[in-house]
Parts: sequence; C-alpha cells; structure tokens
Amino acid sequence: MTTQNGSGNNKNGQESGTWRVKVGLAQMLKGGVIMDVVTPEQAKIAEDAGACAVMALERVPADIRADGGVARMSDPGMIVRIMEAVSIPVMAKARIGHFVEAQILEAIGVDYVDESEVLTPADEAYHINKHNFKIPFVCGCRNLGEALRRIGEGAAMIRTKGEAGTGDVVEAVRHARTVLGDIRRLTTMPDEELMTYAKEIGAPYDLVKETKELGRLPVVNFAAGGVATPADAALMMQLGVDGVFVGSGIFKSGNPAQRAKAIVEAVTHYNNPEILAEVSKNLGEPMVGINVSSLPREEMLAERGW
Amino acid sequence: MTVSPQNLTLKPDDAAPASLLNVGVLALQGAFLEHANMLRRVGAAPIEVRLPADLTGLDGLIIPGGESTTIGKLAVQYGLVEPLHAFVTGGKPVWGTCAGLIFLAKDIGPTPSGGHVIPRRLAVMDIKVDRNAFGRQVDSFEADLRPTFAAAGAPFRAVFIRAPKIETVGPGVAVLATLNDGTVVAARQGNLLVTSFHPELTNDVRFHRYFLEMIQSAAQTPPAK
Repeated sequence: MTTQNGSGNNKNGQESGTWRVKVGLAQMLKGGVIMDVVTPEQAKIAEDAGACAVMALERVPADIRADGGVARMSDPGMIVRIMEAVSIPVMAKARIGHFVEAQILEAIGVDYVDESEVLTPADEAYHINKHNFKIPFVCGCRNLGEALRRIGEGAAMIRTKGEAGTGDVVEAVRHARTVLGDIRRLTTMPDEELMTYAKEIGAPYDLVKETKELGRLPVVNFAAGGVATPADAALMMQLGVDGVFVGSGIFKSGNPAQRAKAIVEAVTHYNNPEILAEVSKNLGEPMVGINVSSLPREEMLAERGW
Repeated sequence: MTVSPQNLTLKPDDAAPASLLNVGVLALQGAFLEHANMLRRVGAAPIEVRLPADLTGLDGLIIPGGESTTIGKLAVQYGLVEPLHAFVTGGKPVWGTCAGLIFLAKDIGPTPSGGHVIPRRLAVMDIKVDRNAFGRQVDSFEADLRPTFAAAGAPFRAVFIRAPKIETVGPGVAVLATLNDGTVVAARQGNLLVTSFHPELTNDVRFHRYFLEMIQSAAQTPPAK
C-alpha cells in the first residue's frame, strides 16, 4: 500500500481515500461518544454502552500523566486485537510529527489516526502531512488558527484539546469557547479584513474564508480533554461541539459500564435536563480529578502542537 | 485550497419555504443534521426525533447513517422500537441510509465473530445485508451511480462510508441503483427506501426529492391498516 497518494482509483470505478469519505466518517460519528480503551474487554464494554468509536491505546492519559517518560504509539498487536473485538470504528494515536507511526497505523487499517498531544511529540516544528494518507486524521486545537492549520495539513476532523487526564472540564470549555467564539467573530468580519486576520491567527486564507461562509469549521469538531460526567458531556454539546471524546473519565471511574452508557445518553439528549438528571443518578465514584489550575505549565499537554 | 462543504451547514439562500410535509429525522446519533439540511432544500420541514412523542404528526421519517449499534441501543432504551414499527407498518414512508438500512433489513446475517448484535431492529424490509462488508474506513469510497428514476440525468456521485452491502433482495423489492459490478446499493419496497450510501453528504438532492415524492403519494392514499 502506498502512502504517497492520499486518494486513488481502485477496481469498479470506485475512488477511495477522498476528502469526502475522510470527512464523511467523522460526520457519521457526530452526536456520539468516542471512548479511550486499553484492552479488547474495555472496547466491548464501550461498544455495549453505545460508543460510536473507540480510541485504542496502551495507557489512558491519566496514567500517561502519572507515569511520566516518553509516551509513544501503542503496540500494533494490541490495536489489532481491539479492532477484532468490536464492529465500531477504531482510532489510534500517533505522536505529533511521527509520520512513520501513522504509516504503521494505516498499514494495520485503523479507521482514524489521532495525531495527539497526549503522546510525546516527535517533531518540535512540524505536524504530519496528512494529505499523504488514505486514512483520515483527527487533530487537537485550542483556537481557530490552530484548527485551520491542522485542516490545511489534511486533518479531516478536529477536536478541541482540553487538558487530557485531569477530569477537569475547564480547559475543554476554554478551548471550545475560544474556537466557537473566534468563528462567531469571523462571521461578522468584512471580507477586506480576512487576509490580515488569517495572518494574525496563522491560518490559510482560503480556509478562513470558507469558515466565514459556512459559519462553522469545514470539518466535524468534537470536544476532548477533561470530560468526566454526563453533565460535562452535555455542557460541551450545548456549547456547540458535534460530539465528545472521553478518555480517562470512563475507565478510571468506579462503574465504567454504567458511566459510559450515561454519557452516551447525555450526548443524545443534551438539551433535555430531565433525562440528564435521570442518567446522572447513582453512577458511583467519578475519576479522581486534577485541578488544572494547580498544574505547572510544562505539564500541560495542550501546550504541545504548533 | 478549498475544502468541500460536505453539507455540514445550510446556506440561508438554500432554505425553502415551509411546507406542509413534516419529515422526521431520527436524531439519536449520526448525520441527522445533514439530512435535515437536505430536506429544507427540497421544501420539507425536518423534525428531529429522539423520543416516541416526536413521531406524532410526521408524514415520513429518515433513519440516518451513524453507528448502527449506538442508534439501535438508544432506540431500545428510549422506547422507540415499537412506535417506529407502528409508523412503518401504518404505511408512512421511511428511508434508511447506511446504519438506517441495517435497522430496516429483515436479515443481517450471522453475528460477526466478537461483534455485537443490535439489540432490536425494525426488520421490516425483505433484504439480506452484510454489515461493513465493504471493509474498514481505508476501503470507504465514492462511485458514480445511475439511479433508475434519474437514468437520463448526470451520474449520482455516491459516498460509501464503511458501508453495508445488500446481498440479496426479495421478490417485492425494486432495485434503484447498482455499482458497476451489479451490487445493489439502493432499493425500494412499497413505503420503504434504503441506500447503503449517503446522499446527505453531497449537494445532489435527487434522492431526497425522490423520497419526498414517495411521501407525497403516500399522503394522497389512505394508510394501509
């Protein structure tokens, strides 16, 4: 399989790896919850609870944070076992800029690659050229400029970063409000201001213009990083994201199966407080949180990425 | 560089005037907003359906693409399966795209090893389906189709995302579109329409218009009891 050409014709007049099929899968994930899992058993629990996809990794962000050291792509053997265990899409993480890890993930056939700040960056200046791949990529962002730079590099899905492994939703809220607020301001800007705005936020001009016309990002935008409860998930949905990633929040809690199911229901019924109240009852212990304001800046994962 | 709009939003000038036809879109998970945007463009009023009460007063319903296990589980948990079944058997037109097709099919074959079954489906349409038979995301593709109802027009560019394959169709089922190799990808049985691809991810409204015509003719004939 070549990784030098993103899309290509195959038999039967069919064209695979196109931009439309890359963004299209993310559109099918909308209104859903993508859950971090470290074993096939956890993947099945997530699928049973109604997850629309799983993120296969060796350690959830809370453990990566606690263990320290270098965090890398997971063992492909483990990822394949998770792919065999469930019928829903399986995502996996590559380090920022580590295009060979991404090639390996493409070779085993994962459905989405997350070029993720949760792992230790492999390149301090450049992200992966994601146009080179047939499989789609999701990338993190903290503001509109960062989101549009990643889309410019070929990301077919965006997630706001939040602060992974903390169980503190404050950074997820900050990043979602920043991106969505940037877009709201952009939609009222006269066209002659767009080039200077593109320069200021370090984003491709064409994507700035397209975002203004659409009134939203041109790809699907999920929230991530610190979602721990059904209320957190519904909060992010009401702020205006398309769906939610939950990392450590499920399998670091007292009752993962029930919490996972509750968060799935909260994302579907995010505007219905009666249902949110019902699903939030008796979930047991949530994950132990880390207050983000107590974290030293060099320990903030969201600072990674350029 | 321009990124194609994917129908993620509705441009204001696309909005059609409100019509008498209320078309539900099952909004449990998946690409329901894209269908709603397309319905507005063809002059229908989309209604999001999350609970049984939302079905009241609808003239037709779209079950969108998404994850079939997620949609199936939420439909069971919120008591939607029986009301949806009554809606279909009452003669109201229902269109399933991708995951929605799986939800409507009578036969989805044996459970794949390790895979999970959808707890309860409507299982009303006489087709046999193999879930994700086209492969994983790396095999997702676009292809040109010539739908029978638009054979003279331009090809319909269809988007297949981890798509289910219709393996066989029953005697009462009309084939509406096939791939070059003959694989059936769109079919109709009375008030039921299925597509294994996603017209809502394109700007081509012909399938939505076709479905609206199904609803209009059903509304003119008394419901079969």
